[in-house]
Amino acid sequence: MQDLIQHLINGLGLGAIYALIALGYTMVYGVLQMINFAHSDVYMVGAFAAYYAARWFNLESMPGVVSFAILLLAAITGCALLGLLIERFAYRPLRNAPKLNILITAIGVSLLLEYSGQVIFGADPKVFPEVLNNTPLFEMAGVSFKLFDFLVIGVGLVAMAVLHFLIYHTKQGRAMRAVSVNPRVASILGVNVDRTIVFTFVLGSALAGVGSVLVGVKYPKIEPLMGMMIGLKAFVAAVLGGIGNIMGAVLGGLIMGLSEEMVVAYLSSTYRDAVAFGILILILIVRPSGLLGRNQTEKL
Amino acid sequence: MNIDLPKTPTSQQHEVLRVENLKVDYGPIHAIKGISFSVHRGEVVSLIGSNGAGKTSTLRALSGVLPCQGSVVLNGKDITKLPSHKRVALGLAHSPEGRGVFPNLTVHENLLMGAFSINDRALIAKNLEKGFSRFPRLRERRNQLAGTLSGGEQQMVAIARALMISPELLLLDEPSLGLAPLIVSQIFEVIQELNALGTTILLVEQNARLALKKSHRAYVLETGQVKLSGFSKDLLDNDEVQKAYLGG
Repeated sequence: MQDLIQHLINGLGLGAIYALIALGYTMVYGVLQMINFAHSDVYMVGAFAAYYAARWFNLESMPGVVSFAILLLAAITGCALLGLLIERFAYRPLRNAPKLNILITAIGVSLLLEYSGQVIFGADPKVFPEVLNNTPLFEMAGVSFKLFDFLVIGVGLVAMAVLHFLIYHTKQGRAMRAVSVNPRVASILGVNVDRTIVFTFVLGSALAGVGSVLVGVKYPKIEPLMGMMIGLKAFVAAVLGGIGNIMGAVLGGLIMGLSEEMVVAYLSSTYRDAVAFGILILILIVRPSGLLGRNQTEKL
Repeated sequence: MNIDLPKTPTSQQHEVLRVENLKVDYGPIHAIKGISFSVHRGEVVSLIGSNGAGKTSTLRALSGVLPCQGSVVLNGKDITKLPSHKRVALGLAHSPEGRGVFPNLTVHENLLMGAFSINDRALIAKNLEKGFSRFPRLRERRNQLAGTLSGGEQQMVAIARALMISPELLLLDEPSLGLAPLIVSQIFEVIQELNALGTTILLVEQNARLALKKSHRAYVLETGQVKLSGFSKDLLDNDEVQKAYLGG
């Protein structure tokens, strides 16, 4: 029983991280109908931005929530900036190009970031700064609750709540939803479509930044190719929930995180990565539009 | 049917819209081959013509979603090169072909999208209230997703949304498309009412008879050129128009 609760907590934490990254895929897909393959590498850059910020400010010497917040801020800033640049220089010139060109460009940007990362940061793994101590906060019924478990889940939830508010209760969010179904009509109503798309990229990238710090805190080994597997899993989470659907990305992320944790705990860690792709295959066969996705029908 | 010819407004001096030698190309195909027309304040002007004559392309060029050549002047200001989202602020509203409501937004949110260029909350609330009292059906359904509405209700959303800026010029693209006759006459009653209250309208319609009955002046488009133009009531009696567009 204690084990189960412990695994649930771990699974939720992992799920929150998948969800944060999945949101970036799903939001960009929502406005541009493209899979931004570079998203997982934006996430990687976020981890390094936090790593260098920690070294710069010597944060490891003063662990605590403040240092953690500084790491978050650094990662968010780095990711948002990178997202903005990628949109501006890689995707915007191709706005009216065939979908395949954009897809190939996305893969190109991804590779560029991964291997530039190896050149700039070095290919060897680095240890993510330990700014939160790993000691249990309190114990209850034999389960130890650690501070960073709370922070990972808590920060994940707050980030998603902020996103939900932005998308459903602000003018900019309304414009995003409008652009996602009909950019032409949105523009004749006065929406600057380019600016809305930039906003979406920045927002999605910022969430990846949050995710990167949470992962760094939980699994403190970072390297330039770290985005590949987690990005792939987050992408599966987005597809599982229904790509383009915000709530779907959250749901998909949580399912992915929990099922991975349970498989590792009760079957074998060998199957850790197999779960993700098993789920992907299953969902593509049974419900290709995803759990919350709908087959869009157009009304004339 | 009771034919209700609108009166020609007396103040025809002020040109809300002047279009000179407008050209639109789709790749190698010339969709609009240099048309000129104007709309005066207080008028309903219709563009009629068959499928592919260039009616919708003309409206899209006016609102800036299609690149064009020539000149488009709104209230004395040349807007030919202005991006579409900046034309709204000058008072150009467009209710697009196929209505273009956002199915994933509520009726209320759809109307708010119409006021995107306005920051004055009091003005937005006022125009929203006007829209809801003009279309009580929309008030009933304000929190419903627009995608769940009937075609007629979606048309109301499209018109109410365009009216949110109290436009200088309202572009209406095929408001009768795919609607039952009863709904069509309701929509056109609203259009006449709007005009009576001072809204200047450029109407694109495939239903030529209806458009000619409900407008002051009209331009007949054929394969991207203006074939005929004049007062709508004269065009209704014109032999050529009768034969080609009014079924005899």
